[in-house]
Parts: sequence; C-alpha cells; structure tokens
Amino acid sequence: MSLERFANQVGPWMRGTGPQSDIVISSRVRLARNVAEFPFMMRCNDIDRANLEASVSRRLREIPLLGECEYFNVSSLKPVDRQYLVERQLISRELADNNGARGVFVDRDESFSVMINEEDHLRLQVMRSGLDFEAAWDQINALDDAIDEKICYAFHPQYGYLTACPTNVGTGMRVSVMLHLPALVLTKQIEKVFRSLQKINLAVRGLYGEGSQAMGDFYQISNQLTLGKSEYELLKQVGDVVPVIISYERKARQFLLDGSREDLQRQVLKAYATLQRSGQISSEETMHLLSKVRLGINLELIQAIDIPTINRLFVHTQPAHLQKLRGSEMDTAQRNKARANYLHSQLEQPSGDSPLS
Amino acid sequence: MKCQRCDKQAAFHITDLTGEEVSSVHLCPACAKVYLEPQQAKTVETSSLISMLSKQLKVGQTAEQLAALDQKVCPICGISFFEFRKQGRLGCPHDYTFFTEELEPLIVNIHGVTTHKGKTPTHRSISSESQTQLIQLRRQMNEAVEKEDYEQASQIRDLIRKLESGESL
Repeated sequence: MSLERFANQVGPWMRGTGPQSDIVISSRVRLARNVAEFPFMMRCNDIDRANLEASVSRRLREIPLLGECEYFNVSSLKPVDRQYLVERQLISRELADNNGARGVFVDRDESFSVMINEEDHLRLQVMRSGLDFEAAWDQINALDDAIDEKICYAFHPQYGYLTACPTNVGTGMRVSVMLHLPALVLTKQIEKVFRSLQKINLAVRGLYGEGSQAMGDFYQISNQLTLGKSEYELLKQVGDVVPVIISYERKARQFLLDGSREDLQRQVLKAYATLQRSGQISSEETMHLLSKVRLGINLELIQAIDIPTINRLFVHTQPAHLQKLRGSEMDTAQRNKARANYLHSQLEQPSGDSPLS
Repeated sequence: MKCQRCDKQAAFHITDLTGEEVSSVHLCPACAKVYLEPQQAKTVETSSLISMLSKQLKVGQTAEQLAALDQKVCPICGISFFEFRKQGRLGCPHDYTFFTEELEPLIVNIHGVTTHKGKTPTHRSISSESQTQLIQLRRQMNEAVEKEDYEQASQIRDLIRKLESGESL
C-alpha cells in the first residue's frame, strides 16, 4: 500500500482528454448509501464506527473490483497524506477532517473511490475526464449493484435510499461537472449564469474554495434535488445544461479575442512569465495565473506549454502535493518558495525559444 | 420598523430557532443577507436546511408546541428533534418514519415531492421494520459482547444474518 504510487500518474479529472475538454475538466457521479444495521454517523459512538469500518471494508474487499483497489485507513494517515487525497479529489474534506475510524477504497487508475464513514456510511464516486456522464453512471451503477449484494442498504419504499441529511434522500445521487470558465469571469457574466442555474435547481460551487469564490476559475455544477427524479433524469438535467454553458463560455472567449486580442495575449504571456520567474508564490496566485495561461493555450495565444501539463501543475502546486514531491513537511513560506522553484523547473524554456513560437 | 443594524426600513422579520433560545431580529434586505449568510463552520447546504426548517416550524406553531416537539426522541437512535434541528443530520433510518409528520413538509420544501423515483436495491431488499430491528439487534449484540456473554451474542448474530437475508423474525 502506498500513496506514492499515485505521484507519477494523473487522475482522470486532470488528464485533459475526453469530449469538450478545453472547458469541461471532468464529470463526476456520487451516490450516498447507508448500511441498515447501523445508526447514521451522528449516533454512532467510537465502537460503532470501528465496527462499521471493519465490517464494511471486509465485505467490500470480497468484490473483485474493490479487492484490487488500494485501501487507506484514513484515521491512521498523516494530515499531509489526507490533504494529498483531498487535492486529488479522491476523498472529501469531510472524510479528511472527521474523527474516528474511517477509510477509502481508491481505484488504481483513480477513476473511482468508495469512502467509508463520511457524512453517510458509504459515499461512492466515479470520475471521468471531459464530458462523459454515461460512462460514469454505468460504472457507478454496477459498483452500487455489487455492493448491494454484500450489504443491506437502508432503504424506504417511499423515500428511497435513506441518508443522514434529508437533502440527499431518494437517489442519494449528485451528478457534477467541473468547468473552466475564465472568459465568463473576465467578462463579469459568471454571476448571471449562476443565478439562472439556481433557478433551475442546479448548484454551483468553486473548486477548492467555499461558496462562490472559485480558485483558478474552476466551477462545479451539480443537481440540487435528489428525490422524485430517476437517476437518468438527474443525469440529463445536468447534462442538458452543460452545452449551454459551454456555448456562453465560447462566446465570451470570442468576445475577448475580437475586442482586444493583443491585450489578452499580453496578459497571458505576463502570467506565464510570472509563473516562470517568481522567487516565491502562493497557491491562490498560482491557480489564478495558471488559469490565464490555460485560457491562452485554448485560444492559441501561447504555444510554449500544453493542456495536460497545465492541468498537472494545477494539482502538483497544491500544498500537500508540493510536500510529497519534496519529501518533507514545509510551512507556508517554505512552500511558496518550493512552489516557485517547482514551477520554474517545469516551465523552463529551451534557450532562445520564445513562448510564442 | 427600522432595521436593527442600520437605519433603513426593515423588510425581513426573522425568528431564529437554531439556538437554545428563540430570538427575533428585524433587518433590511442587505443586513438580512449578511445575517443569513452561512457561518464558516457549517456547509451552505446544512445552514440553508436549518433555516428552511426554522421557517417552516415558525408557521402556525406556538413556542410551547415547539418546545414539546423538541423533546420528541426517536426510540431507536435516541436523537431528539431539537438535535436534528440544530445539526441538520438525522440519527438513524427510523427517523424518517418516526418524525415523518415533521419531515414531510421539509422534504417537500427541499425536493418539491416526497416519493422516490429511480433504482431500488436489487439483491437485498428487506422491510423497513426489519431494518429497524437490525439496528436494535446490533446494539444488543454489542451489549452482550461487553458482558462477555458470547453465547447470546452469537445467537443475536444469527438473527441479524437471518434478517439480512430477507427473512422476517
């Protein structure tokens, strides 16, 4: 078992492949499930939690697909390792910060994970690069069926799958898509888009930040309601709105190009140069500048770097990743220096090459 | 009436039921937005759930009725309605049955409907009653283990397996 094996690969959501991957980073489906035998987490004492983790992980290991996964005992991981899994989107912040026995199965390809003792007993999630809900749903549905053979789920004939929070009851399903929307942010239209999404019961969240404060212009759109609609209807609800937002973002990009191509290119090249040459740089600023450069690549304003590299940098410059790369724990100031060094090494120019060529 | 935080006209009259004591505030739209803004510690979802619940309870209930409702405790997991109201999390699957009267309007508020449409467990579907029995049996089994009464514990274990395989007791 090792976390390090993941260091040399990139998870599906940062591969930068798949349909519409210039704007759609990843598609994700998650299911909330509870084991009928145990009370919800709120009413589980330490012994219940330990029993729950032990008995569920043992039964899940019998499923071939999960038997091949890495299993991490999250409670015995160091904080930096928990943070590392959060940055790779393999576990939620809630699972990282909870107390007591808890764990996670992680697919070796990082395309899915199963968390034990999160807000609900089980949280299954499947991720795909680009816009690909169907594949994500097929996989999570099969995984859910396989678990259902081993475990008796808490289910109510009227309310469906029962969850600790009534906001998840019914299907227990959250369908989400992560989008990179820098042009809608630059043209100040993003709030308008959000308001219209909220009207049709879709939730919008920033990638790492809370509320609407999104770092690096990454936004996650997901269904708000989980009850009264079938899984297919929920997939369609989110799936239908994505092309609309993509077309808005494309229009905004075109508007920026038509209005001030030179100005935009200057901003992109300046962002790139700052990333290359900083002596120290914060995580927030890195995300902000990488976002500019990513937009520049997609608009062919800069040729020095490609999308997979940029996507990787978004993740590898996060605090826990930097510390894993360095092999030692660092405070914020040390990380800001290490981040600048890392960016410098990754963005080094062969001599005489301009980033434009 | 003036806003309690600035001099503008108050448009929001909020009865706060989330704390130990019921309090009222009168605010203008701008101050109300700040007041209702979720606190850092809570997720947006939880706090909107709690405020939704508060709003819903406020309608047509006296303080005494609310206080009585808060005392209501689920016999299976022991969570009181007050605890659910404060934390926005239920204690066990039986709560959906036990607090159904209070939860239904909330579920309508959140989802617009109260009936599940979509997949159902295929392999191990058992009745709600059996599910509740499972939680009780598991607790009895733990108590038996603590008392080192392993014979009783293993008997209970067999009952649990029986229930899980779809038989009723």
